[in-house]
Parts: sequence; structure tokens; C-alpha cells
Amino acid sequence: MAYYSARLRTRQTYSWVGRPLLDQKLHYQTYKEMSMKREGYSTEIHIQVGQFVLIEGDDDENPYVAKLVELFEDDSELYSKKRARVQWFIRFCEVPVCKQHLLGRKPGTQEIFWYDNPTCNSNISVETIIGCVRVVALAPDEVMPIDLKNKKTFFVKLSWNEKKFKPLPPEVFAQLNKLQEDNHRYQKPMQAKTKSAESPSWTTTEHAVKRIESRHSTSKSRHTASHPVTPRARKRLELSSFPRTPNTRISPAASCASLDSPGRMKRKVAFSEVMSPSKRSLPDGFQTSSPALKAPEKTGEIQHSCTKDAKKTSPDHGMILRARAPALKITETSEERTLTPIGGGRKSSVVPSVILKPEYIKRREGKEPEVQDEAPSTSRIRRKSSVLTLNRIRQQLRFLGNSKSDENDEEFLPAAEISDCDSEEEEASTTPLPRRTPNSVSRNLRSSMKSSLQTPSKTPKKTPEPRTPRDATPRIRSRNLTAQGPTNMLEEARLRLHVAAVPESLPCREQEFQDIYNFVESKLLDQTGGCMYISGVPGTGKTATVHEVICCLQQAAQANEVPPFQYIEVNGMKLTEPHQVYVQILQKLTGKRATANHAAALLAKRFCTQGSSQETTVLLVDELDLLWTQKQDVMYNLFDWPTHKEARLVVLTIANTMDLPERIMMNRVSSRLGLTRMCFQPYTHSQLRQILLSRLRHVKAFEDDAIQLVARKVAALSGDARRCLDICRRATEICEFSCQKPDSPGLVTTAHLLEAIDEMFSSSYITAIKNSSVLEQSFLRAILAEFRRSGLEEATFQQVYIQHVALCRMEGLPYPTMSETMAVCSRLGACRLLLVEPSRNDVLRRVRLNVSQDDVLYALKEE
Amino acid sequence: MSSRKSKSSNLIQADYISQVQRILRERFCHQSPHGNLFGVQVQYKHLIELLKRTAIHGESNSILIIGPRGSGKTMLINHALKELMEIEGVSENILQVHLNGLLQINDKIALKEITRQLNLENVVGDKVFGSFAENLSFLLEALKKGDRTSSCPVIFILDEFDLFAHHKNQTLLYNLLDISQSAQTPVVIIGLTCRLDILELLEKRVKSRFSHRQIHLMNSFSFPQYLKIFKEQLSLPSVFPEEIFAEKWNENVQSLSEDRSVKEVLQKHFNVSKNLRSLHMLLMLALNRVTPSHPFITAADLMEANQLCSMDSKGNIVHGLSVLEICLIIAMKHLNDIYEEEPFNFQMVYNEFQKFVQRKAHSVYNFEKPVVMKEILVRYLGWEDPLQRG
Repeated sequence: MAYYSARLRTRQTYSWVGRPLLDQKLHYQTYKEMSMKREGYSTEIHIQVGQFVLIEGDDDENPYVAKLVELFEDDSELYSKKRARVQWFIRFCEVPVCKQHLLGRKPGTQEIFWYDNPTCNSNISVETIIGCVRVVALAPDEVMPIDLKNKKTFFVKLSWNEKKFKPLPPEVFAQLNKLQEDNHRYQKPMQAKTKSAESPSWTTTEHAVKRIESRHSTSKSRHTASHPVTPRARKRLELSSFPRTPNTRISPAASCASLDSPGRMKRKVAFSEVMSPSKRSLPDGFQTSSPALKAPEKTGEIQHSCTKDAKKTSPDHGMILRARAPALKITETSEERTLTPIGGGRKSSVVPSVILKPEYIKRREGKEPEVQDEAPSTSRIRRKSSVLTLNRIRQQLRFLGNSKSDENDEEFLPAAEISDCDSEEEEASTTPLPRRTPNSVSRNLRSSMKSSLQTPSKTPKKTPEPRTPRDATPRIRSRNLTAQGPTNMLEEARLRLHVAAVPESLPCREQEFQDIYNFVESKLLDQTGGCMYISGVPGTGKTATVHEVICCLQQAAQANEVPPFQYIEVNGMKLTEPHQVYVQILQKLTGKRATANHAAALLAKRFCTQGSSQETTVLLVDELDLLWTQKQDVMYNLFDWPTHKEARLVVLTIANTMDLPERIMMNRVSSRLGLTRMCFQPYTHSQLRQILLSRLRHVKAFEDDAIQLVARKVAALSGDARRCLDICRRATEICEFSCQKPDSPGLVTTAHLLEAIDEMFSSSYITAIKNSSVLEQSFLRAILAEFRRSGLEEATFQQVYIQHVALCRMEGLPYPTMSETMAVCSRLGACRLLLVEPSRNDVLRRVRLNVSQDDVLYALKEE
Repeated sequence: MSSRKSKSSNLIQADYISQVQRILRERFCHQSPHGNLFGVQVQYKHLIELLKRTAIHGESNSILIIGPRGSGKTMLINHALKELMEIEGVSENILQVHLNGLLQINDKIALKEITRQLNLENVVGDKVFGSFAENLSFLLEALKKGDRTSSCPVIFILDEFDLFAHHKNQTLLYNLLDISQSAQTPVVIIGLTCRLDILELLEKRVKSRFSHRQIHLMNSFSFPQYLKIFKEQLSLPSVFPEEIFAEKWNENVQSLSEDRSVKEVLQKHFNVSKNLRSLHMLLMLALNRVTPSHPFITAADLMEANQLCSMDSKGNIVHGLSVLEICLIIAMKHLNDIYEEEPFNFQMVYNEFQKFVQRKAHSVYNFEKPVVMKEILVRYLGWEDPLQRG
């Protein structure tokens, strides 16, 4: 919904507000406030140091959130001299996907995290600032408010330091809270005069100014109370009173938001006043107004711009003359332009004149955070109401609203006395008989309610969409009967022997582990990228070793020994097609979905362009050979990215063949892969034994000889650790099965193991021949006879049939018909004892043995 | 009076007989898990223990059941599943996925079918949404999320397992077997195949992930066992409504199994093929000859049936040929002898035929060439075989 389009931002101009303060150390000129002005709209946003801002990022829908720490001008920067220093916050969606689970709960919809990472670049160009936003710090035990509609407010509860989520450090929490409180205090209406004293964050000069101002305003407002309609003189007075207070943001025309938004926590209010022509005796722009805006909670300050007229002396005051205002005003006069903050729960404030320009509103609501600016065309006449009235209103509000409204009131107060009045005025002015009475409050409330009612139609709320398959969560039903644990020694052993049971450490791969660890660690420390190729026959622990390395590195990263990194794993076998690898990487990296081509482009952008400084990414590509394509573009890209300096990508590739790079890769690909290679040798028998012993450390289920036997057998066969474990597992079953007493099965002996090995590896051909029918056996004999006769290893069915008939006659078997023999031949072919041509060749189909002749003879002789 | 009695008893008997035929045909044609298993108790025990461990302990496994066609692989697994489901608390804790290599001819279809049968969330009605790649990652994600103790175990039964090995890259097998070897949702992969060389079809990394458990079903019974099976297959169950008839029927079966000629027939059949399916075929043919007037199977019925079973199809064709066709085939046979298996053309056959007709002009009508041509076209296939028999 909130979509911060870059296009809209391009037309904004940024300027400093206030006089520069020279920073002695850095020789920068620092500022306390800046203003953003959007072309085409005569509105501007003021942002002060200490406020929370939204900063343009990769994702238009979720701009970065940060707290403004400093504003300064840096001549050394080429493009934008106006710089800002910020303290970042991080959204949940910006947390690397692989680490999101560390939160351990579902993030709140508007939850953000204090980003505790000193290495992160906090120096940004002010031009990337989109607007203000409110951030509320919550104590660890507070419940995350669920306020789906209030997109402009974020909640901070935890900090994130790239490794884990921690509660906010007390000082940070206090700081954030103070900001909020400052706000409140500021706005205490009743204490307008003392306010400044209470606001610690302001400089004394500011305080002074404010005090003066507030005094002025109160006096003024007192004045006005009785003469609502003659604002001019007062205004002038007021204007002149603080022309030179660049940094203050107490706006005489404060927001009336407090009145309007009783139930909301934060809002900015902007208002405009309506001015009826009749009231405007001075159409010369005497009074333009300024929007008041503020993100109260964040900075605690109210921003406002002052109006100005000719008297304005300080150009940098940030006020804007609105020459066009009068005209606009006139057109709008009869309308009700007041604007009201948005109602319940929505954070945006309302902008006057909205009604006239629906599209404006829409746009604005779209970017709620920016809302705090001014009503575009408003020039307003300030009317000040009396303090008395104000008080009365406030009291009423207190009754009406809940405690929050109180806060709101307070928040807005600083500006408030006047602004409240203003709003009332506005209301009043729209009504034929302006009366400033408490009623107007209720009117305000009503209008705010109205606006809240209206808004939904303008910005249709997102209704929960019906569940689409796309959102489906991949999950297998869970069982309601819990799985049983092992009940005896053998079951325990079986559980530990399962390949899936991950041991605490991988024995016998220490050297390989160290090599890979060193490689990745050095790349992490150097912040560079690189490739490594790991080969080895299946079941030699390649993937397991890499997993363990990553695991150790992640622990090291948590302990701050190495820089944090992001780990991604793809498997060529788990892809439907080589190019899908891009999709998978992108999804695991950022959580986004894209088509293969688009994903490739995004990844290339990410890895090959400057400035995308992220943490190092470690990418494990398993079953590399499956990524082979005709053009080899996938492999090329995978190995090319790490060569870019900015990519900081470490690619670990795994495949079975040692010479894969030479065999299937083009030169330009294998050259990029480099020569960092590692080969996992098949396990030797002593290693296999060690593996078994380490898994069975505290379980006495096997005889020592048995373990020795299986280790040697497997080492001689393949050196595949999986085989070894499977055989042992099967042996425990056989042991259990053969044991009479189920309670105390004995140890697994060599006999059991031999049986298991026999079962798994003995060729089934001989048993199959032994168990075949008489006719099948004689057909096999006939084949052998025919081979011997012809001296070839192949014969047609016809030839074999002749032999077969002769054989049957000799053995006294009934005469085999052609159909029967054909069926026999097909059956043997189906089991692959014979290799036969498809049956369409009929009697001419060629037949050969799929077993050695000796085996057949052996099997037939036994009988 | 007596004729009416016999008529009514005939009617009753007809009723019994149709019941008998229904029961037995069902037994012969369907691989129902209600029958008994023959000679595979060890294998059965192995399989059921394995399934129980998956269902109860959440252990992942993979196993292949290998045996020639008709050796009872499907029956074995059906029996095991039936027994498993009868264990308390298991049936609602188990998911089954049945795939057949003849139906799921590629991984894309197989994935959709798995997703559908697991009823995952991207299934709406009977349709599975998403592309192939999405389905794959969805399914893998789903299976990966589970763990040994809390997820519902899934039993994958892959019929015609060898056909899955021909899918591109063996992606499906790799992934299923990989799950069975890693700490994810507990699965048991059961492959059924008749190919003895199945392990050689698997790619090395797929093979490495397969646990190498194999159950071989080899029809390893001897003739006396075969005879017992024959008896059991024909016997009526004790729950048959008309006990007297059932008793008589069973007595008859018993005497059949002791009959010498029946034994001969069975021995001959056993020699040709040991699998039970061909026995069923034989019994089916014999059963079909049972009528109210001929209420019990006799040895003659079985001999007849055996004859039908072992009949030579090509010989039968030759028996039905017309004179012209026979003449042509004989002509071709001559040519075959002359040219020693070398191919020959129609003109040569026709010339040969002409020679024959001229020699014996009195007995065979001299057909026009086009007629002969037509005969040849009609009967061309399969001409050679009867001649070979000489």
C-alpha cells in the first residue's frame, strides 16, 4: 500500500533550515533542521535532527527507517553535498532470511529493530530521505500493539546486531523514550511558558526563542479569544516576534491534530485554514500559513513553518512565501478545507483541501510517512483563541478520549495553543456562524470521525485475500501420536547409525575441514570473494563437512571472531532446470520471487555493481555438474560473480568427479573457478571404523570384530560411509529378529553383519536363475548351447528355439510350443536376465545374456 | 415329483455356483490383501517391521522389492499396509503416496501427483498450482520442515520403480532418497520392480543415498507347495453360506489335488511358469466350465484349460488358412529353403506358386495375380512360424 515511488521524489528540493553551526573538529557545517519541498506543491516538510525518517532503499514499499543524528554539509562529496548521519533501524524483512528464525516469534507488522552495527555506513545523502515517521520504543515486556492500519508508526523492541536479537540496551531505550517524552512535554499546553525549560534537548537559544514565542502566542491568543475575526494585527505581531528563530519549530499555527485525533497515538497534523474571502482583508499573502507538521513522537518536536510576510528577516527560516496562496484560497473558500487528521488508527494526518483534490490525497495516503507536510495551498489566517477556550477544549478531550488522547494532546501542545484555536477557527470559518466554543471541539471530533469514515473509500483497505496457492505454506501434516524413542540398546544404536543422525563432529575429515574453514575464513576476513571446488565419490562427507564448516563459522561470527556472513545453499539435483538456480539463490538471499531471467539480472546487479555493500555471502553449490548447460552461462555466472570486488561472494562447489572442470567446462569457466580444489578420498577401513565407533560411543551394541569386519568390507567395496552405516543398521535388525529374547538382545556379531552384507550385495541373478521354472532354465541352457555352437554372444530367438526343442526332447520334457517359449523369453527379458529386442521382431528378435555364462552354468549345475 | 425336486435343487445349486464363481474370480483377478501369502513370510516380516519402525519411531528408510512379474510384490505390500493400518493409532498418523512409473511418466507429473496425494496447501480441489520448479521447491520445503518426532511419516510406494530411474537426472529419486537419508520428515520409500539390475540403473549419487535394502520375491516354492497353493486357491472359505455345498466343493478340490492326471497337468504348468498369476489363469479357465449340470471341477476341465493355456497361437492361425494361403505359405517356405533366409519378393512367390499350380493343375485353381497379392497382404505377418515347425 505504501509505495514510495522514486519518481515522485525526484522533484523534491532540499534545503537547510536555520543557520549552520560549525563543527570544529570536522569542519562541517552542521544544521539542526532541513526542509524538503516538493515541486508542484507548495508544501514542505521540515525534518529536524533527532526525528525518525524514512530513507529510500531498494524496496520502494519498505523504505529504510532511521533516526536522524546529524545534518551537515560535506563539500567533499561529489554528488550531494547535503549529508546526514543516521542511526539505522532494520525491518524484519531486511534481516537475512537465514537469520530470521532467530527472532523466535512472529514479528509485529510494524516492528523494526535497532540496528546495532557500527560497520554499517550511516552517512547518507539527505536526498534519499523520503519523509518522517514515528517510532515508539517498547519495553521488553510490553505487548506489540497490533495496529495494522497505522503504517506510519513503527515499534522498536529489540536490537539486531547481525547475529542475534537482543533487548534494547537501556541507554538506547531511555534515549528513545526521552525523545517521546520530550514531545509530550513540549506540548503541554498549560505550561507553555515553562515548556522550554523542560525540554532538555533544545539549546538554550532555542529555548529562549520559544519562550518568547510562546509568551507571545499566549498573549495573542488571549487577545483573540475575544475577537476571533480579526487576526491580522495579532499575526503580524506574532510573526515579527520570531522571525529569527530558525530552529524553533513551535509553530504558532500548530496542529489541531490533537483535537482531531483523540484515539491515535501519533499523528501529524497538518492543517490549513480556510479563509473566507470576507475575512481576508489582506489578500497579499499576509499570512500564509504553514503547515504544521510534526512527527510528534519521534522527535518530540513540532515542526512548523512560520508564516511570513514581508517582515521575515531570515531567509533561511524555512518559511515559504506562498504567493499563490490567495488565489487558491479563493477558489476554495466556500469549501470546508479543514483537514483533519485521519481517524482512528490511521496515522496520516489530514490535509486540508483534500477534499478538493482527491488524487492528491490518494497519493499522500499512499505515502503516509510523508504526510506531515503542509497543506499545499493553505495560507491561513491565524486566529488564536484564548487560552481559556483551549483549556476547556482540552479538558473535554480528556474526557472523550482515552489516556492516549491525553498524550496526543500533550504532544501537540507546544504549538498548540494557537493551533488548536486555528483549527477551531477553521471549523468556525467554514460554518456560517463562527463561534469558538467547546462545541467546535465536538465538531472537530465529528469531522475527524467523518474523515476516518471516508478514508476507507479513498484508500480501500487491504482486505485479507482469499488464500491462494501461492501463499501456501509448505508443510506436512504433523502426527498426533508422538514418535516413540528407542527402547533398547539396539534401537538406540540404530537411531545413531542412521545417516540422518548428525554427529557432533565429523571424525576423519579434520584436514579437509581445516582447509575449507581456512579458505572461507580468510575470504571473510579479507572481505573478498573466491571459489572452491570440492570433489569426491558419493558418501565421503563432502556436504557434511561443508555444513560443519559453515556451522562453526556462524558460531565464530556470533562470537565476533569473523565478520557476519550470509549462507545460502543450492543443490543442482533439487532444481528442475539449471537456470532455476538463480531463482533459488535470489529467494534465499532476499526472499523475493522472480523468474529465472529476472533473478539472474537482479543477482548480477547485486553482485556486480558498486555500492551494494552487504555482508559476505557464502554460497554452497552442491551437485555442480547438474548446472551444466550448452552455453555454460550458469556456471560462468556463478564463478564470475566472486571475481567482482564488491560482490564479496564465496562460492563452494561440490561434485563427484575430480576432473569436472577440465572435462565439461569451457576454458573461460574453469579459469574463473580457479585452482582451489580439494578432493575427498574414499574412507579407508580405519576411518570407517572410527566413524562407527564415534557414533556408537556410549552404546555397546556391536562386537569389535563386527565393526572391523564391516569397515573392511565397505572400504574394499566403495568407501561410502552411508553404506557402512546402512549395513550396520540392517545388522541390528537381523540381530533383533534372530534373537529369541526381545528384551535383552545380544550384541551384533560378525554373523549378523555377514548376513546383512550378503543381503545387500549378493547378486540376485543366481538366486533368480535357481528359482526359475524348469522351462526357463532349459531355455537358458539352450541359449548357452546356441552360443557355444555359433561362437557368438548373441543369437536370434529362432536359433535358440531350435536348440531348446532339442534340449527338451533330450530331457524328456514335453514339447514346448512356440508361444510358451516366447513367453518364457519375455519373462526372462523383463527380469533382465536376458537382453532381448522388442517383441515386434518376433522370432527374429535377438537375445543375449545379461549374466556371465559361468554364472548361469553355476546356477544351473547346483541343482 | 422327483423331477421337480431336482429342478428346484438345480436352481439352488445354480445360485451356489454363481456365488462360488464370484468368490473365486475375485480371488483370481484382484490382488486382494485378504488372501494368504505363500512362501514369503520372511520377506513379509522384514517389510512390516520396517514399516512399523517408520510409523512408530519415525525412522526413514528406503527399500526395494524385486521379483519377476506375478511373484506377488504388490500383494506383499498391500498385505503389509493392511496390517500396518490395523495397528492402533497408526492409520491416522501415516500418509501414503502411491505412484506408478507407467502413469507418472515424468517428474513433473509425479510431483503433482505427490502434492495432490499429500494434500498440501497448494492443492485446490484436484488441481495443483504452480510451475514444475515451484512445485519441486514447495514439496522439498514441505518435507524439509518436518522432523523425526513430530511430522507425520509418509510412505512412498513407487510401482515400476525402474521407470522412475529413466526420468531426467533422476531428480525425483534423488530427492526422495535424500530425504530418507537426512533429518527431515520421516519417509519410507518402497520401490517395486521386476528388474534384477535395478541398482545399476541408479546414478551413483542416487545409489549412494539408497539404503540397499532389498527384498527378493523369487517364487521359490517347490511342486508340493505349488499343489498346496492350488488347493487353497480353489477351496471355499468357511464362511460360505451353504455349508453342505462348500463341504462338497472342498472335498472335490481335495480329491482333485490327489488325482494323478491333475498332478500331471499342474506339474506341466509348473514347469512352464511358477508364478501364481498363470495358475490363476488356469483355474479361471477351469472354473468357467462349471455349470449347474456340471457343478464340480474335474480333472478333464483342468486338462482342457491347460491345453488352452499352452496352445500355440501361430499354429492355430495356420489351421484356419484358406487353400490359397496355405499354397502361398508353402511357396514361401520353398523359397526360404532355396535362398537360405535371404529376402524375396512377391513376384518370386507368385512364380513359385504358378509352378506349383501347373504341376497339380487339377487340384488347385489358378488364381489371378491381384488376388494372390491381396492374400499375401492380409496374411503376411506371421507366415514364417508354422513353417519353421515343419
